[in-house]
Amino acid sequence: MNRQRVAWLFLTPALIVLGVFFLLPVLGALALSFTDYDLYALADPHNVRFVGLHNYWALLHRPVFWAALGHTAYFVAVGVPLSMVVSLGAALLLNSPLAKARAFFRTALFAPVVTTVVAVAIVWRYLFNTKYGLVNALLEWLGLHPVDWLGDPHWAMPTIILFAVWKNFGYNMIIFMAGLQAIPAELYEAARMDGATPWRQLRHITLPLLQPTLLMVAILTVSGYFQLFAEPYVITEGGPLQSTVSVLYLMYDEGFTWWNLGSASAVAFVLFIVMFAVTALMLRLSRRSLREGELA
Amino acid sequence: MRPRLASWTLNGLLLAGSAVALFPLAWMLSVSFMHPGDTGSLPPPLLPADATLANYRTLFLRVGIGGYLANSLAVSTAITVLSLAFNLMAGYAFAKLRFRGRTAVFRALIGGLVIPAQVAMLPLFLLLKYLGLVNSYAGVVLPALASVFGIFLVRQYARGIPRELLEAARMDGAGEVRIFVQIVLPLLRPIVVTLAIITFLTAWNDFMWPLIVLTGQDHYTLPIGLASLAREHARDTELMMAGAVVTVLPVLALFLALQRYYLQGLLLGSMKR
Repeated sequence: MNRQRVAWLFLTPALIVLGVFFLLPVLGALALSFTDYDLYALADPHNVRFVGLHNYWALLHRPVFWAALGHTAYFVAVGVPLSMVVSLGAALLLNSPLAKARAFFRTALFAPVVTTVVAVAIVWRYLFNTKYGLVNALLEWLGLHPVDWLGDPHWAMPTIILFAVWKNFGYNMIIFMAGLQAIPAELYEAARMDGATPWRQLRHITLPLLQPTLLMVAILTVSGYFQLFAEPYVITEGGPLQSTVSVLYLMYDEGFTWWNLGSASAVAFVLFIVMFAVTALMLRLSRRSLREGELA
Repeated sequence: MRPRLASWTLNGLLLAGSAVALFPLAWMLSVSFMHPGDTGSLPPPLLPADATLANYRTLFLRVGIGGYLANSLAVSTAITVLSLAFNLMAGYAFAKLRFRGRTAVFRALIGGLVIPAQVAMLPLFLLLKYLGLVNSYAGVVLPALASVFGIFLVRQYARGIPRELLEAARMDGAGEVRIFVQIVLPLLRPIVVTLAIITFLTAWNDFMWPLIVLTGQDHYTLPIGLASLAREHARDTELMMAGAVVTVLPVLALFLALQRYYLQGLLLGSMKR
């Protein structure tokens, strides 16, 4: 058999799946976003009309869209740095030669990552219940005022952020641990001989050498956090007062509750563009800071 | 004295962190054994005063969670077995077979990673509707049968197979399919295990797409069934915790049994992205 043909034979099943169930729908979404595809079109495709950029234009004039974008941006802007700090902190602790029972701690800290979002989100909902939740019981025990975590529009998103940090930090912790292990131990020894404090070692050895890992983790986490959906769907159902409606929640609602598939596709594409722009910006900024670092 | 203090602080922090990570899971397990209504007292109890399996009985006998469990098992197993075959073949081809357009196709696949999966979901629903596959197992399984991540992972690993080994087999007249099955697959065994657990866990925990495509209870997987129960039984804390245990326990057990492979895959997959 011809070598070329064999190679394509090995590729065909995967490429068909990716082509039919991903590439084609993505192109379809772009096309759909230029139409007024709705419930009537679902019943009879003859009802579809081409509307150009109308869906995008209409979105920009809907307060609920800007609110959803704002909530998502809030979740990303607070959630990503917080997650990364916790992940890095945990990795530094685990990586220290002083750490005992390392395998146990690693497994314990990583466990939330493999759990099912829906299941643990439900657990979270009860733990943060205003009246019977253990979190408020703890606050009261500490002499603090209870918080209406899921009933107050100002607290609902922070609660979801706390959940996301708890659920996800273990993932990046593992990646950071590998990054830390790649830093030569001699550097720390030399720094210690020079009398550098642990804090200065972190600032001048660990963080600079970890920069490529930090950038990669930041980009992956930002992309992941922009896709916020299951958490508000389960914990708050978008409430209270729609304060936790994310972009994907809006897309789901628009598409599968109201069957406005045209306008929902526009929402999906706007999310894609925003994500692309943000990650591209992060890449550029980090390149510039790397270059400046070399000059300094 | 100082190193000792540092060691105490550090291990104390690790212990506290682990407690925070594990507490919600421990609480879930504990409450699942309480009698209905027990969590409604103040202060909230931590341990069941008188442990019972009543919630599990209700879930399996009256709510029908056994059906969701069976659906989840069937769907996740099908996705794991089939996508493993497809991703292994494609990853191996990208790593070890020479053909025109190899780099271009691979770059295109990696480039596709920037597109969030949800962009495809609306037209995908229409496509499956016209195919008559909405609210069927196939609707969940088909789109998951290949993944760029899986192909990438296999390719990274398969690049380490020595070329001479494959050439020698070809000289002996072995066909490409036989080489793949008899020589390559055994060498890929660690990555097969890794990819299998990652795929199974992802399929098991998947929420948004099954929520969209599964419109009837009969086909619900556990996360979808649980989310719908949570809206119906919002006040039945103890029952919901038992449901959460049924959903989480299988994947947690799988992870604990094979975590070495899982963590290795996580690291391989995050490199050179």
